[in-house]
Amino acid sequence: MDIYLPIANLAVNGFVIIALGALVGFLSGMFGVGGGFLTTPLLIFYGIPPTVAAASASSQVTGASVSGIFAHLKRGGVDFRMGGVLVFGGIFGTGAGAGLFALLTELGQIDTVINIIYVVMLGGIGTSMALESWRSVRALRSGKPLPARKRRHHPLVASLPWRWRFYRSGLYISPIAPLILGFLTGVLTMLLGVGGGFIMVPAMLYILGMGARVVVGTSLFQILFVTIASTMMHSVTTHAVDIVLALFLLVGSVTGAQIGARFAQKLPPEYLRLALSCIVLLVALRMVIGLGWRPAEIFTVQPL
Amino acid sequence: MSWRPACALASLLLVGTTAPAAAQQQGQAPILVPDVSQHQIELRSGFTGAELLLFGAIAYPGGRIPDGQIDIVVVIEGPRTPITVREKAKLGGLIWVNAESNSYRTAPSFYAVASSRPIADIMDDREAYVYEIGLKHLQLSPLQVGDTQEQLRFRDGLIATNMADGRFAQSTGSVEISQKLLYSARIAIPASVPEGRYDASTYLVRNGKVQAAEETEVVVAKRGVEQFISLAADRYGFLYGLAAILLSLGLGWLAGVLFQRRQ
Repeated sequence: MDIYLPIANLAVNGFVIIALGALVGFLSGMFGVGGGFLTTPLLIFYGIPPTVAAASASSQVTGASVSGIFAHLKRGGVDFRMGGVLVFGGIFGTGAGAGLFALLTELGQIDTVINIIYVVMLGGIGTSMALESWRSVRALRSGKPLPARKRRHHPLVASLPWRWRFYRSGLYISPIAPLILGFLTGVLTMLLGVGGGFIMVPAMLYILGMGARVVVGTSLFQILFVTIASTMMHSVTTHAVDIVLALFLLVGSVTGAQIGARFAQKLPPEYLRLALSCIVLLVALRMVIGLGWRPAEIFTVQPL
Repeated sequence: MSWRPACALASLLLVGTTAPAAAQQQGQAPILVPDVSQHQIELRSGFTGAELLLFGAIAYPGGRIPDGQIDIVVVIEGPRTPITVREKAKLGGLIWVNAESNSYRTAPSFYAVASSRPIADIMDDREAYVYEIGLKHLQLSPLQVGDTQEQLRFRDGLIATNMADGRFAQSTGSVEISQKLLYSARIAIPASVPEGRYDASTYLVRNGKVQAAEETEVVVAKRGVEQFISLAADRYGFLYGLAAILLSLGLGWLAGVLFQRRQ
């Protein structure tokens, strides 16, 4: 099934795009992440221009996070106050990201920067997640439970002024910390087309010290709104959202997400985390190779 | 100034007035009657590329077919645009990043040439530069002056990159001439072809000189839904974004509802 993508200006196989969306959706449903960090690189490997890939991937993340958020809303797993602060920061972040995107495109360095951010982020988070889950799996096998980690926020967060109460998160901290976190995730969403869940969740747990019960739901809440903002920002500034590409990705991913979510209930979470960290590290490794390998095309042509 | 812009100017004047016209005045130049299989290439869903057939007849003055070899060259050229070509270099022995760049004012967005024999065998470089026949003879009007070695490297890089993308092509043998009277040439148009008004030119070459040149227009444009989407994305960014957002929200919600029921 050949599909002509009107914004990317090329023909792709529709089934490949649906399958790609389904794969990412399956993983996102299984692990509770948006999956944007897989969609963008996979689309680029498939030959979609990086800008179009990043712009269209964010609408796929929106779709994947919608169905997830309903379940969390029902359980009361969303801290709206915290989510609101994060989204507020995130919307400014997408604005700043749009400026950065335009600047880097003009300098001709956008692709390199996208690749380097991916390597650093995925590599760092993948490694720490792998170590942590490996310890839990070992503990699970030997039957000796790990000492429970004390929930507390980072000392730097505690030093910020104007504290607010975030009841559902069980926190009394300055809104500046989540504001900055939301801002940074917004920038990343704009540049990479990711929701940022895989940064947001660890940051909420270990930097803000939020209660585990509301972390995933609040992260989904923030992802939903920030990817919406980023889709809009791309539509208005780069004009690179390919709605046909997004449609095919969405069809695959929303279905895959549901199947993945069912599948996840059958597996212990420690193994899930270990598997996710392996996937994250593989993507990072592929990116490192891409950066260091002599590219097939030394020259690139860009319209002025 | 470098010689390139001057040469481009000279070629404009030559193509416009002197060369084939002078021969025609003497009443001995053949006339080309060209046509093209389609004047419109529509980019719609399912478009995976097309093949353009350029064909036509050659009419000789007095109906006398001349002795010796004749050659046909066809050129399809997309709209000319300013571009930047960037060259990747290894930074600190570690990663490949874009380093130096060169800009051009008039690079064709698409250029495909087909000839009955290799261009070097048909005409000399001068004639080829005048008519811009062959990738080697394109006038790109570089914006920078100086180091010609570097300019050559970027020029070669631009041509190689565009050839790999299917935007530039040069071939021999896909042009057939029968009885020195009829000709046909096939040119492949890839799926990634840029939009715009294309010039399809046909040249009749004899004794190393272009004896007749004719031009027709081929329009490459998105049509139907693709045209609508592309226009909406460019002109109504906000509404387009809204549509994309509603689509993703709707599909996400729908999948949630459908799968909930099945449980």
